[in-house]
Order: sequence, then C-alpha cells, then structure tokens
Amino acid sequence: MARMKFVCDSERCIECNSCVTACKAEHDVPWGVNRRRVVTLNDGVPGERSISVACMHCSDAPCMAVCPVNCFYRSDEGVVLHDKDVCIGCGYCSYACPFGAPQFPSTGAFGVRGKMDKCTFCAGGPEANGSEAEFQKYGRNRLAEGKLPACAEMCSTKALLGGDGDVIADIFRNRVVKRGKGAEVWGWGTAYGSKQAGQPGGAKS
Amino acid sequence: MKRTFVIAAAVMGLAALSACTERPQTLDSGVKVDAQAFQGTGMAYEVPGWKQGDKVSWEQHMKVRTQNQNDYSRVN
Repeated sequence: MARMKFVCDSERCIECNSCVTACKAEHDVPWGVNRRRVVTLNDGVPGERSISVACMHCSDAPCMAVCPVNCFYRSDEGVVLHDKDVCIGCGYCSYACPFGAPQFPSTGAFGVRGKMDKCTFCAGGPEANGSEAEFQKYGRNRLAEGKLPACAEMCSTKALLGGDGDVIADIFRNRVVKRGKGAEVWGWGTAYGSKQAGQPGGAKS
Repeated sequence: MKRTFVIAAAVMGLAALSACTERPQTLDSGVKVDAQAFQGTGMAYEVPGWKQGDKVSWEQHMKVRTQNQNDYSRVN
C-alpha cells in the first residue's frame, strides 16, 4: 500500500512559487488562504535555501490529536484529510501543527474565522469523488483521477517530489548520490563563489 | 396479595433505576465515509492507463506516474 508523502529538495528549489500558484489555481483556493508556500532561509545571503511547505500528512498527526470534534481522518494512502461539515473552526489544529498547514479564511469582520482549509494531497474530501460539492469544499480530487498533486507535477526543477514515500525516497536518494550535496554540487562555485556559505574554510558540507 | 405487591414494586423499582444508566460518552467521529481514490470519479479528466475501481491497476499506474518525476531516468 502506497503511503503518500512530499519531499522538497532545497538544492533545487529556486523559489519560483509555481507550486503555490499551481495549488491555488487547481483548487480555486480563495484569497488569504495558501495551502502551500515557499519558505526561504537566510534570504539574500549567499547560500540561501528555499523549501516548499504544506501539510506533511504526518503519520501521527498533531492536528488529528487535538481536534475537539474529531473532524480529521486518514485515507488508506496515509493522506490526512478533514470534514468541513464537522469542523467548528476553533483553530486548535493550527496551534498544534509544526508546519503551519491549517489555514482559516478570514473575510468577515472582527476576525471571524471560517472552516479550516489545508492541503489535501489533491485527494479531495469525504464528499463523492469528483463531485461538485467536493470541489467546492476541498478542491479537485486528482488522486481519484489517476494523477499526483499538482504542485509536485508542476515543479519545473523537480525540487518538490510527491507520491508514494518509498518511490520518491528512492528518486531523491539516487539524485543525491549522483550529484553530491552542498559545495559538491555542480555550479555551486559559479553561483556562490568557491567557498561554502558560512564556512570560511570552504569546507564541504 | 402481598407477594404480588412485592413483585410489582420490584419491577417498578427496576424500571425507575433504568433511567439512572449512563449514556455512552465516547467521542464518535461524525466524518462521512470517504470513497477510496482507486474507485475513480467516473468522469472526464481521468488519466488513461488504469482501470477505475481496480486497486492494483491504480497503484501500478501511480507508481509509474511517480517515476515521471525522476529526471535522471527520463534524461539519461
């Protein structure tokens, strides 16, 4: 049985935000809600790294553990999903999540929060697969269409990999073995000088 | 007469006590049952190459599709 996961390769991510755009366009995500976003560490400093972050579909999900109305469930593929008809919009999941994945639309006055929204691994929700109700609440169900998440499939540099954890781990492992890492990577000296950022001696990471 | 009265009192007492039983307080999930991904949508936009409703076919198709992200195998 596949266990769906995301992996982001910080050596390849160029902070183009196409994953964010693909997600928003595919699921008609409203303003103010970003199911996926690109985080950059040491922005502007040589050696800066970016990674694309969304729900990591944790095996022991803290959001699931703290939800007072038990609106979360896990699919057979290990995707953590939730039922918006059960969600009360309390926000506990957003406090519990270490990745900031749960999002709340706040279009009303006085900070009124709507139902929680988060990455579904393009697996929709508990409504009928491919139905209009499912699309309105959770977005497109690409897994049921035989596709993988739009963010990963659209990634131009293939920094973001999505799919069966075993398969993408193999892809990533093979990649690192062939190209090396840190200053060993081809083109590092051209981009950042011969020295590894933050390491005056230019030692390999 | 007295015996009938005792039996009736016992039955009434038991009936009255039944109201004292505790209601179940386990937290049941109100989540609707979700359809499995391999069952497909039965609509357009399906990718060809797998049979809707066939789990093995879906898993095999997803494995192949995931390998499309492996640019080492695509280029070399």
